[in-house]
Amino acid sequence: MGAVLGGRPEGMTSLHFALSDADGVDPRQRLVVVGNGMAGARLVEEVLERGGGEQFAITVFGEEPHGNYNRIMLSHVLAGEEHEDDIVLNSHDWYADNGITLRAGVRVERIDTHAKLVYATDGTATGYDQLVIATGSRSFVPPMAGLRTADEALLPGVLGFRTIDDTRAMLAAAGEHEKAVVVGGGLLGLEAARALQGHGLAVEVVHAGTHLMNQQLDPDGGAILKQSVEALGITVHLATRTSEVIGPDRVRGVVLADGRAIDADLLVLAAGIRPVTEVALMSGIEVERGIVVDDQLRTDDPDVYAVGECAQHRGELYGLVAPVWEQARVLADVLTGTDPDAEYHGSRTATKLKVAGVDVATMGVNRPERDADEFLVISEPRRGVHLSVVIRDDVLIGATLLGDTRKVAFLTQAFDRGTPLPEERIRLLVDLSDGAAEVGVAELPGESQVCNCNGVTKQAICDTVAGGCASVGGVMDATRAGKGCGSCKGLVQQIVEWAAGGDVVEDPSASWYVPGIPLAKPALIAAIREQQLRSVPAVFAALAPGGEEDAKSKMGLTSLLRMVWGSDYEQENDAKFINDRVHANIQRDGTFSVVPQMKGGVTTAAQLRKIADVAEKYEVPMIKVTGGQRIDLLGVRKEDLPAMWADLGMPSGYAYGKSMRTVKTCVGSDFCRFGLGDSTQLGIDLETRFQGIESPAKIKMAVVGCPRNCAEAYVKDVGVVAVGNGKWEVYVGGAAGASVRKGDLLATVGSPAEVMQLTGRFLQYYRENANWLERTYDFVPRVGLPHLQRVLLEDGEGIVAELDEGIQRSIDAYTDPWAQDRAEPATPGQFRPALPLVALPKVPVR
Amino acid sequence: MSVTHSDAPQAPTTPGTETGTPAAGTTAPGTVEAPSGTAHVVGRVDDVPLGEGRAFVAGNTQVAVFRLRDGSLHATQAACPHAGGPLADGQTDPRVLVCPLHLYAYRWSDGAPTSGGNAPVRIYPVHEADGALVVTV
Repeated sequence: MGAVLGGRPEGMTSLHFALSDADGVDPRQRLVVVGNGMAGARLVEEVLERGGGEQFAITVFGEEPHGNYNRIMLSHVLAGEEHEDDIVLNSHDWYADNGITLRAGVRVERIDTHAKLVYATDGTATGYDQLVIATGSRSFVPPMAGLRTADEALLPGVLGFRTIDDTRAMLAAAGEHEKAVVVGGGLLGLEAARALQGHGLAVEVVHAGTHLMNQQLDPDGGAILKQSVEALGITVHLATRTSEVIGPDRVRGVVLADGRAIDADLLVLAAGIRPVTEVALMSGIEVERGIVVDDQLRTDDPDVYAVGECAQHRGELYGLVAPVWEQARVLADVLTGTDPDAEYHGSRTATKLKVAGVDVATMGVNRPERDADEFLVISEPRRGVHLSVVIRDDVLIGATLLGDTRKVAFLTQAFDRGTPLPEERIRLLVDLSDGAAEVGVAELPGESQVCNCNGVTKQAICDTVAGGCASVGGVMDATRAGKGCGSCKGLVQQIVEWAAGGDVVEDPSASWYVPGIPLAKPALIAAIREQQLRSVPAVFAALAPGGEEDAKSKMGLTSLLRMVWGSDYEQENDAKFINDRVHANIQRDGTFSVVPQMKGGVTTAAQLRKIADVAEKYEVPMIKVTGGQRIDLLGVRKEDLPAMWADLGMPSGYAYGKSMRTVKTCVGSDFCRFGLGDSTQLGIDLETRFQGIESPAKIKMAVVGCPRNCAEAYVKDVGVVAVGNGKWEVYVGGAAGASVRKGDLLATVGSPAEVMQLTGRFLQYYRENANWLERTYDFVPRVGLPHLQRVLLEDGEGIVAELDEGIQRSIDAYTDPWAQDRAEPATPGQFRPALPLVALPKVPVR
Repeated sequence: MSVTHSDAPQAPTTPGTETGTPAAGTTAPGTVEAPSGTAHVVGRVDDVPLGEGRAFVAGNTQVAVFRLRDGSLHATQAACPHAGGPLADGQTDPRVLVCPLHLYAYRWSDGAPTSGGNAPVRIYPVHEADGALVVTV
C-alpha cells in the first residue's frame, strides 16, 4: 500500500564493503534487531554512537516496508499538520550509509535460541550472536461481533491507529466518509477523533472507562476534559463498549453495549495497545504481559534482549518515548561494553502533550494512595482547567495539569529531583501574584539581572545576604537594587527572603513614611498637626531619634509639610531636593531642563515664537517635545535659569517635582469628528486648578473626548474619558511607565464640574494616605477601588468635606515658583553653578 | 599653613560653567588627605546658606563646601566619583552627603560611600577665619 516511507529511489543499489579479514569472513559479532520502530532504531543509533559499527555487523528486521519514522507524530500527519515525509527519522539510505542491513517488510516468525538463528516469513534464517527484540505494540482490537469478514480480515472501514499505513488509510477514508466512531477515549483515541473532525467528519468517541484518559487523569480531570472535547463538537460516550459492528459489506454503524446504535462509515480502534510478544512466545522466551527483562534488558536467554513497549521491566510496561530512550541507552552500554554494568531501574514518567487541543501534563500518580498523602486540587470546570498534586513526606510524587501547564517546569523539576516544595502548597499550582508571569526565585540563575536600573544581579543580592545583611531595606541600601524606578522591589524582597532562608529581619522602617522618622504616615501627620511642626528641622528636632537630621528624609518631609500647612509651611531651601530648589529638572551633566506650562498641551504662535527666541538666546542644545504635550528646553545652565524664565514670561510646568505635572488632552469636540466632549477645555481647567500641587509622587493626568483614548487617559494617575450624553468616566491608578496598568474606573459623572470635584477629592486622599514616592498605580490597588469609592463617592468615612478643604488650601497656596524666585533668590547663590570647571559628561548635542 | 590671599572676591568665585571646559588640575579622589596642603580662602561663610552647599575653586581644585544646620563646615571634591554629579547641589545631614543625580551617599567622616562599590569621595579640611571660608587642598 502506497509509497515506501524513507525508501530509496527504485533501481538504486548500495555497495557496502564490510570489514573483512583476508579470508573474506566478517570478524564482527552479529547483532540482529527484530523490530524497526522507535525503540529498535534508537537502539541501533545508540550502538553506533558508541562505536558499535566496528564491533557488530547489524541486521534490522522491520515488519513495515518503511524506514524508521516518528510514530508520535502520526496524529499530526492525520491532522494534516505535518507531511509524512517530515516524520522520517532514518531513511533506507541511512541504514545503507551506516552499513546496516535493513530487512524492511520482513516479519520474523521465531527465534531458535539454541542454534541462534532468526527465521523470517520470507524463508530466510539469519544467524546472530546478540539479539534484541523490539517488536513494540499493536492496537488492541476489542472483541465485538461482526468485526471481521469471513476470511478473518477486518471489515472494510475498520482501522487501527498505529502505523503510517493506518494513518494513510484514515486520511483516504476521511475524504470519502462523513461519520466516524472512535473506540477509545485515551490519548490516541482523542487525537484521532480531533484529527478526523478536522477533516470534516462527525465524530463520536466510545470509551469503556468511566472518564476520559483514565490512565493519566483522575475522574474530575477526566470530566473536565470531556467538557473541553465536547465543546469542540465531538460526542463522547462513557462507560460503554461497542458490542457489534453493523455490516455486512463494510462498516455501516456500531451497536453499543446498552443497545444504542450509532451510524458510522468509519470505525477507528484506539482502545489501547498490547505488546507484540508472539515472536518471543514462539521462541520459548519468558513472557508475562510483555517480554520479561532484567535491569540490563536481558530476557531469560542470556543473548536475547528486549527494549521498548514490548518489554516488561520490574512489572511495568512503558508506552512513552522517554523511558524507551533510557532503555536504549542502557542496552547500548551493555552490548558495546561501554559500561558493562549499566542498569535500567525504571522510569518516573512525566509527560506533557496536547490532547484534542487541550494541554495536558502528567507525572507520577494522579491521586493519593495513602492516608498521609497530601492532595491538592484546583478545579475550574468553566475554564477547562484541572490541576492536582500529590505529595508524600514533603516530596512531590504526582501531578496532573489539564488546560493550564504553566507550572510544569517547576513541577517536573520537583518530581525528578525532589527539590524542596513551597510551604504554601498552592504555590505549586498557581502564581499568587496578579502581575506578569513570575519566575520562581529559586530557579532564577545567579547572573540574571534583577534591578535593571542599577545593574544588580541575583548573585549580588545573595552575596549581600550571605555577608550578613538580612533585611530587605539593608540589602537595597547596600546593593542599590530597587532604588531606580522601583519596579523590581517585589522581586528583590523575594530573593532576599529566599536567600536568607526565612531568617529575614523584619524591617520596621518598611512602614515608615520616611526612613529618618520612625512613624507611619498617619501618625506622622497627627504629630505634625498636634505639635505645630511647620519646618523640616522642627520635625527632625521633635520626632527623629536623637533629634538627628536625615538627608534622605528631607524631600518627603518637605512635601508632607506643604500638604499639611499649605502656605503656612516654613520654606527652607536646604530641605528641598535640587530640582525643587531651582524649579528645574537636573540632567546627567548637571545642567537643567526647562519646561514652561502649556495647559492641556495647547499653545499659541506667540508662545512658540517666544520659546524659539529664548532657546536661541541661551543656546539651548536640545528642544524636545515631551510625552506630556509640552516643550522641553534641555541642557540649560543653572545660572541662566532666572533670566530664561523672565524672557519666557510663562509659568513653570512643574516637570521636575513630586507634584501634579501635566494634563494631556486630545482635540476633543472643537475639531475632532469623533469627540463626544470638550476634553481640551476640561484638561486646561484641571491643569489650572491643580497646577503644582505637591503629592507623594508625580501625578500625570489626561482627558480624552472619546474612548479612542488619543491622549492615553486610561493609563494616567487620573484619566478622564468623555463617553457621550455629557457623561465623563474618571479612571484612577493608571500607569504607562516602568509599570503599565490600566486605571480603575472610579466613577462616571455627569459634568465637568463633578470631574473637577472628584479629582480633587481623590488627589487629596492620595496625598494624605499614600507613602512617600508611592505612585497611584500602587496606591489604588493597595487601598482597593471599592474602598476609594466608599470614601470618595459615598462619604463612608465622613471626610469628604475635609478633603475638599485640604485640596483647596493647597490650591490657594499655589504661586508660580519661576515668577517668585526670578524676582529675588530664595537663598544666596541659588543659581550659582555647582560644577564650576569640571569637564562634564556631556550629553551629545543633536 | 599659609593663606594665599585673605580677601574673598566680591564677584562669584567661579566663572560661569563653560560646558566642556577641561578640568584643570583636578586630583584623583581618595580617602587619604594630603598630610600638608595649601590653604585657600575660597569665599565668605555667608556665601553658603545654612544647610546648603556651594562650589568654589581652591587653587586649581574645584571643591564643594557645605554648611550644616549644626554650624559645621565640610568640603569635598565637587564632582561625584560615580557619574560626575554636582555634589554642591546635594542634600546633607550630620552623617552623609547625598549626590543629587543617583542619590549615592558618602560619609563625611572618611568619604566612603554608604552603599555599593563606588569610589569614595575626597574630603578636604575646611574652617572659618574671620568670616572667610578656608579650604586646604
